[in-house]
Amino acid sequence: MIPSVLAELAWQFALLSFLAIGGVNALIPEIHRRVVGMEHWMTDTDFAQAFAIAQAAPGPNMLIVSVIGWKVSGVLGALVATVAICLPSSMLTFAVAHIWDRFREAPLRAAIQYGLAPVTVGLVLASGYILARTADHTWAAFAITGATVAATLATRLHPLVLLAAAAALGVAGFV
Amino acid sequence: MNEPSAAAQKPVDAPTKRGLFMSFLVVGLQGFGGVLPFARRMLVEQRGWLDDREFTEVLSLSQFLPGPNIVNVSIIVGNRFRGPMGAIAATLGLMLMPFVIVLALAALYARFADLAAVRGATNGVSAAATGLIIATGLKMARPLKGIPWHIVMCALTFIAIALLRLPLLWVLAALAPISVAIARWMMRR
Repeated sequence: MIPSVLAELAWQFALLSFLAIGGVNALIPEIHRRVVGMEHWMTDTDFAQAFAIAQAAPGPNMLIVSVIGWKVSGVLGALVATVAICLPSSMLTFAVAHIWDRFREAPLRAAIQYGLAPVTVGLVLASGYILARTADHTWAAFAITGATVAATLATRLHPLVLLAAAAALGVAGFV
Repeated sequence: MNEPSAAAQKPVDAPTKRGLFMSFLVVGLQGFGGVLPFARRMLVEQRGWLDDREFTEVLSLSQFLPGPNIVNVSIIVGNRFRGPMGAIAATLGLMLMPFVIVLALAALYARFADLAAVRGATNGVSAAATGLIIATGLKMARPLKGIPWHIVMCALTFIAIALLRLPLLWVLAALAPISVAIARWMMRR
């Protein structure tokens, strides 16, 4: 029998898979609402840490899902959560890729892309807001977030440089 | 004889499943703070599997469909060259190393979370990563300037999700059709 927590992980993230328009960055508020608010799988602090760990690893930013799965139910939980967030949307992509090109000129396709753009932007900005509320408990943390925003918009610094600088500040005891 | 040969349509040697797996494995290892730039470099500049226009089309479809964008890209590209098994090979290649590395980091963190330096580093990274997401959102918001209804839809989405904490499903079910309908109407005029 499948332990119920694994089934719950699979169910929650499979649902989220279909809602992830604009990628997993746009999904953070909903993941937080379910994982912290509804399921009580982790605290705000755990969530902020999971996010940090996911950002410190290379690869897609959906890795926060793997860390949440790991926290809830070990390596198996990580595997179940990761597959669950990928599989439903991947099946859909696989199916749609075959027919999509036929609709290249269709006005509805253009309208869908044009219409969903502002919604996606709103979702990503909401993710930033929720993360700032979850992760930034000190003035120093807020300052680092603000400085990272400014540096990203004003310079061409590699994101990894900014993450490393923030980690160094943290090790030095500033955050 | 006037018909273009298959070779002329596909000037590039179609990648093998192994080639897809290995190439996406390297992409997965490179991408910090977003994998897409690295995927583009590999697909367009290094391997020549897609040209610029094809990449943009694959990307716009990936962004339009739900799910992690980069995973959708690997599914479409893998499927285009080697069918379903190619899609699986590309996606497994993409996810394998990041998955292993992030679990190793999580385990290390759990082991050493008592150390002030480790907690400090995590807090710092988490604050900076938050800044990266906000900056991404602001960059994405630039094209909305000058389109008032885009700004209104963006603001409504933000308020519903960030401030009211409404379930995403409801918000999308309400706002997505309205936004697409306005887009359709504006484009017709």
